[in-house]
This record gives sequence, C-alpha cells and structure tokens, in this order.
Amino acid sequence: MSFRISTHALDPGRLKDQLSADAAGACACFEGWVRNHNDSKSVRALEYEAHEGLAVKEGEKILAEAIEKFDLHAAAAEHRAGTLEIGDCAVWVGVSSSHRDAAFSACRYIIDELKSRLPIWKKEYYADGHSGWINCVTGQPTAPE
Amino acid sequence: MIAVTARYFAAFRDKAGQDTETVRTKAKTAGELYAEIAAAHGFADTMTRCKVAVNDEFADWNTRLADGDTVLFFPPVAGG
Repeated sequence: MSFRISTHALDPGRLKDQLSADAAGACACFEGWVRNHNDSKSVRALEYEAHEGLAVKEGEKILAEAIEKFDLHAAAAEHRAGTLEIGDCAVWVGVSSSHRDAAFSACRYIIDELKSRLPIWKKEYYADGHSGWINCVTGQPTAPE
Repeated sequence: MIAVTARYFAAFRDKAGQDTETVRTKAKTAGELYAEIAAAHGFADTMTRCKVAVNDEFADWNTRLADGDTVLFFPPVAGG
C-alpha cells in the first residue's frame, strides 16, 4: 500500500507492478488525465498544488479504508503536483483483488475519496490568458498574468 | 489575546498576497479565526467547503486555539 505525491510524470506501467499478488484474480486501474476543456472554456495547462505531508497521510488512510472495505490484496495511488499539459496523467489509482467486483468498486471508492479529501488544488490556465483555481469562490476570475 | 501563525494555500495565498502571517487575535476557535481572516482578506468560500489543520493535523472548525499554534487554511480542494 502506498500513496505518493510526484512532481514527475507518472508511469502507470511501473506503478502497476506493486499490485502483484498470487491470490489476485483481478486488477483495476484508473488514470485521471488533463483534458483540454472545462465548463466550456478552452484549457491549455494545469497546475496542481499539494500540501504533501497531509495529502500523503490522508491518501494512505483512504487506501487502508479501501483494503479493509473491499478485501483487497493491494492498493496504491499517486497524484501529480506542479505544471501539467493536456494529456498528462494527473492521478493514478490501482488495486488488486480476488474477483472483479471488488476491484471495480474499490477503484471508484479511492478516486472519489481522493478528490474530496486530499489537500490538493488545481489551477487552470485558459486559452484566453485567464487562469483560475477550481472549486473556489475566492479570487475568481483571475486576470491574465 | 493570543498570537498564532496563519498559513494560506492556493486561492487563499493568492488573495492574501502572502503565504504566512502572524495574527494576534481574540478568536477562541479555528472557525472564529477563519471568520476574522476571511473578512480581512476577502476570502469568499464558506467554512463548510474549506478545511483547516492545526499544527499539521486536520482539525475541525470548533478546535480551540492556543498561543503559538500554526493554523493552515485550505480553500475548497480540487484533486484528481
């Protein structure tokens, strides 16, 4: 079980290696990618800011909850920090379990909890030069820099 | 009156124009301190959508503050 914040590109192939278990008959992985639009605005780049210490602590708690709740063999996740471009992998979640139902459910549980509980913030940079922190009322919208 | 260190992240840091400040306050709880700081810096997000940590542990808004505490104010999160 491991949760990490990374300032480098995520490598799903390598990340998946840590899920291996002889008793596992299913593996489910989820990748969140940077898309080129949000709320009908054209997005050109993203920046993620994280409070690493608390994000790792909370991320590990979420993985432990999923292992317990869905009887998993392994669970891991990694989230990016820093500047990302369209198509980059922003978050990766992977689990292994004896059967597929638990794997699908656990993967969904983990990504939903990560999104609502981790101290991570996303700033979008738009094609028109504006930028803004997502989900925040404070400081919207930001003029071009 | 106590003195605490307030730390701001993401939109809060941008809005406050600083990431850390020392605040002398009569606030008894983290929530009372947020109300003061939000008014001073123009933070517009409600407490229910934000998070707070006291001395590097997540806390709730009713947590009582002591002189010398470090209080981290987190605007609405947006991971994933």
